[in-house]
Amino acid sequence: MAVQFSEENLNKVKEIIARYPEGKQKSALLPVLHLAQESFGGWLSAESMDYVASLLQIEPIEVYEVATFYSMYNLKPVGKYLFEVCHTGPCMLNGSDNIIDYIKETLGISNGETTTDGLFTLKTVECLGACGYAPMMQLGKHFREHLTKAKVDEIIAECRSKAN
Amino acid sequence: MGRKLLLDKAHIEGIRYYDTYRNNGGYAAAEKALKSMSPELVIEEVKKSGLRGRGGAGFPTGLKWSFLAKPEGVPRYLVCNADESEPGTFKDRYLMEFLPHLLIEGLLISSFALGANCTYIYIRGEYAWIPDILEEAINDAKKNNWLGKNIQGTGYDLEIYVQRGAGAYICGEETALIESLEGKRGNPRIKPPFPAVKGLWQSPTVVNNVETLAAVVPIINIGGDEYAKYGTGKSTGTKLISACGNINKPGVYEIDMNISVEEFIYSDEFCGGIPNGKRLKACIPGGSSVPILPANLLLKTAKGEPRMMTYESLNDGGFATGSMMGSGGFIVLDEDQCVVRHTMSLARFYHHESCGQCSPCREGTGWMKKVLLNIENGKGKMTDIDLLWDIQRKIEGNTICPLGDAAAWPVAAAIRHFRDEFEWHVTHPEEAMIRNFGLAHYADPLPVVATAAAV
Amino acid sequence: MAFRGMQSFRTMAEEKKLFKVKIDNITVEVEPGTTILNAARLIGGDVVPPAMCYYSKLQGSGGKCRTCLVKVSKGSDADPRPMPKLVASCRTTVMDGMEVGNITSPEVLDARKGVVEFLLLNHPLDCPVCDQAGECDLQDLSYEHGVSATRYEFKRRTFDKIDIGDHIKLHMTRCILCYRCVFTADQLTNKREHGILGRGDASEISTYIQNSLDNDFIGNVIDVCPVGALTDRTARFKNRVWFLKPVDAKCECTKCSGKAVLWLRGDEIFRVTARKDKYGEVEEFICDTCRFERKDPKDWTVEGPRKVSRHSVISQGHYVGVHKPDETIAKVMDGRAPKLLMDIHDISEVNMPAVDLSKIDGPAHSNDFPKSNGVQ
Ligand SMILES: Cc1cc2nc3c(=O)[nH]c(=O)nc-3n(C[C@H](O)[C@H](O)[C@H](O)COP(=O)(O)O)c2cc1C
Ligand code: SF4
Ligand code: SF4
Ligand code: FES
Ligand code: FES
Repeated sequence: MAVQFSEENLNKVKEIIARYPEGKQKSALLPVLHLAQESFGGWLSAESMDYVASLLQIEPIEVYEVATFYSMYNLKPVGKYLFEVCHTGPCMLNGSDNIIDYIKETLGISNGETTTDGLFTLKTVECLGACGYAPMMQLGKHFREHLTKAKVDEIIAECRSKAN
Repeated sequence: MGRKLLLDKAHIEGIRYYDTYRNNGGYAAAEKALKSMSPELVIEEVKKSGLRGRGGAGFPTGLKWSFLAKPEGVPRYLVCNADESEPGTFKDRYLMEFLPHLLIEGLLISSFALGANCTYIYIRGEYAWIPDILEEAINDAKKNNWLGKNIQGTGYDLEIYVQRGAGAYICGEETALIESLEGKRGNPRIKPPFPAVKGLWQSPTVVNNVETLAAVVPIINIGGDEYAKYGTGKSTGTKLISACGNINKPGVYEIDMNISVEEFIYSDEFCGGIPNGKRLKACIPGGSSVPILPANLLLKTAKGEPRMMTYESLNDGGFATGSMMGSGGFIVLDEDQCVVRHTMSLARFYHHESCGQCSPCREGTGWMKKVLLNIENGKGKMTDIDLLWDIQRKIEGNTICPLGDAAAWPVAAAIRHFRDEFEWHVTHPEEAMIRNFGLAHYADPLPVVATAAAV
Repeated sequence: MAFRGMQSFRTMAEEKKLFKVKIDNITVEVEPGTTILNAARLIGGDVVPPAMCYYSKLQGSGGKCRTCLVKVSKGSDADPRPMPKLVASCRTTVMDGMEVGNITSPEVLDARKGVVEFLLLNHPLDCPVCDQAGECDLQDLSYEHGVSATRYEFKRRTFDKIDIGDHIKLHMTRCILCYRCVFTADQLTNKREHGILGRGDASEISTYIQNSLDNDFIGNVIDVCPVGALTDRTARFKNRVWFLKPVDAKCECTKCSGKAVLWLRGDEIFRVTARKDKYGEVEEFICDTCRFERKDPKDWTVEGPRKVSRHSVISQGHYVGVHKPDETIAKVMDGRAPKLLMDIHDISEVNMPAVDLSKIDGPAHSNDFPKSNGVQ
């Protein structure tokens, strides 16, 4: 099988399952899907989802239903750096539209697209709970807040240098 | 200076860590509750405190706890709602990031009161770094025997686990949250049965907001009666307000619920006024779901009294001329903002977040978004405004969960108070693309204060 | 008028206390735990709220479509307060002394009109080419409760048709997301392979990776589907339902009861379905062998003609036993004559108004019409 968790991650899965009562291992689905997405290239292929289903002893359709419901699971490959920029009301009041336009212009992609070098994907998202520090985006595990054009330039440069 | 109960120690360096927290009086409330009080007595104190749910609905917490079914041989669960996804709200994040032990202590006392031995914190997936902070705090609490088996020799056992969501506002609704925690799609359940009878894995369950559970700590520390002396009337205690939008000092503030909205916006202790000498146009005082109010109705009620930052005063006048405390997400719009555009962005949000289970919300939210986009883009018709009104009216009250209402109210309130701005968009399509409507007659009745704070 | 619930025929000794509930001013006594919808069904006629997602044989169904909303104007004798919002009658149980308004409540009729509009918002209205036409609950619903024109000016969402296995076709564009087929697969088969994917108005019934549904009882999803989203590939497009004569028939079957309905033209079996009651619900589920493979009349023993009691176009033909419910709708609706959004008779070229179906002797046949049977 192409998709297979490392020993360490398999232990993590066991640990997660142990948080719930006997027979309720389906509860581990969301955390295990997060783990699968991290481990298998930043997105969930049908193969990864089937693998998760087999680990949790549930039907594959139960995994597809869940993976397609939540917006954080990527069902298509994404760039190495995913810019998730908030465009909801409070961020909009602080100029998120300009930031989104600027990213589009700088990277030459529109919403939902990935740069040809496979480095960047732009995705607009709904409120991430950083409205007071707007405009903002999520990059990997962390938030980048108080965005300005200069700050966007810095972030892009930082990603480029990390990728090399 | 407002008195503080939750964030009083937030400025202490290292308060995030166990030792510092403990050395500054942390876990004293837990000690008191576990060693000298019965679960019933804890619930009694919470009832006396008048604490109301801080997640949005404002339901009395003590009363909610007393509804929990207690069948023999069935486990009971407490679930902490840390899904925080209501636009404008970011207070729970602050508590969890900076005062994780306050939440753990609150969870410990509350679980003890409810007789739960296993408690879950369901946190929105996007707060990806916070589970690490919480888990570290849980581990430290465990090492010091505040969690695990036979806590402090009292014979009480408790485990706390953190579960991450994966991007769905609807999972903040308590039954959707429970479904999600069971590894399913976040479809709200049809009530009854209520979670207090059949919740997580069909067992009796209480779901409470992060701030609600943290507030249990000061209640036990100072006593319910003392807690109830803070605030005004039935709005007892302190409330965290996350302020954002066009203000000088966005952030999370703890307010004693006895200050006016005007003071909150213009005083330097809180929002610090509107930037760049601009004037206040409108405000959504309790998170995106509650009605927007124009400046004149925000600062003074329809009766001409100053509007206060309390559950009752914010709701004064009902939806006709009032709004709600909601989740405490305080969104301020200055004179250059466009209400139509802002309403469109909220409609887009609710359309994106509808779970799609019931037809009015599934179909209606998308429809409202499309009509609003047309108006915003200068392609609207006069009849579209009435159409919007009718759509929201047919969603409200007819859905499975309150998300339908939450989607309808912002649209209804925007049309109610800013109809001339919608009409202007229709009659001046070209102009509407270049400039905003401005203040019109909602003008801030306090221009002096506004300019003074702007310098 | 007072009715006694069917479920309550018991000996005096074990008789439980019954709850009295008043629906549209008609009183009925039912057992505790009965839903408002089922109480209304005991009364019958117009006071029965339409139910597009509830299915009494499927556990957990209901609550989603919101067509069955009613007004509870009095909660119970003990607590007479009205309920603040309209409630889904399919998921709300009665209390003793409850008073409910359905067609007598303007608020309910208004809300229901809204729900019908929402349900039709993204519906293709392709009745002329839909196999379900004539036995579609949505068609009936819009006939009785809808408005005549849509106010929706945007592109409807569309999906491609797909075959899920050899026997079933999925035309997702028509789906109203009632979840019945999902419950059916969960509760009738040992392995569910399709489900609801996506969220909000992007939700769809699907298998994700194109999978075939293959299971002894999965064919029942066709019968529970209230619209033409799931159809029988072994019967599709061969004939419009109202040209076929339904008969009750039975076969020796090891998997199911073998009690089915054969849809005949002459001696030919065009389609096999389960038997449905007057609420459009399957009486007993049948297996896929009976449904898809037993198309030879020799397999079956015909028991007699099927009574079609619903006021659908099937019964508007000449077929047996037209049991129309009391036609009081126009009366309670201020004389408004309900209008079908798209009347199949106006559109279908085979249904020349010149031909009165009820005058034709025996099953209708394409030869009975001036033009050919041109419906595709
Ligand atoms: C659509 C929707 C979203 C909600 N989101 C949240 C949320 O993010 N956080 C929260 O604490 N409560 C949220 N709630 C409220 C919860 O359903 C529930 O009332 C609350 O967690 C109860 O806790 P409390 O009594 O402590 O306020 C939401 C409700 C709805 C209908
Ligand atoms: S109101 Fe919206 S979010 Fe709530 S159950 Fe219905 S479709 Fe889902
Ligand atoms: S396919 Fe039919 S049965 Fe299944 S959800 Fe859609 S409308 Fe309901
Ligand atoms: S609106 Fe952008 S983070 Fe809340
Ligand atoms: S039948 Fe009751 S909500 Fe659908």
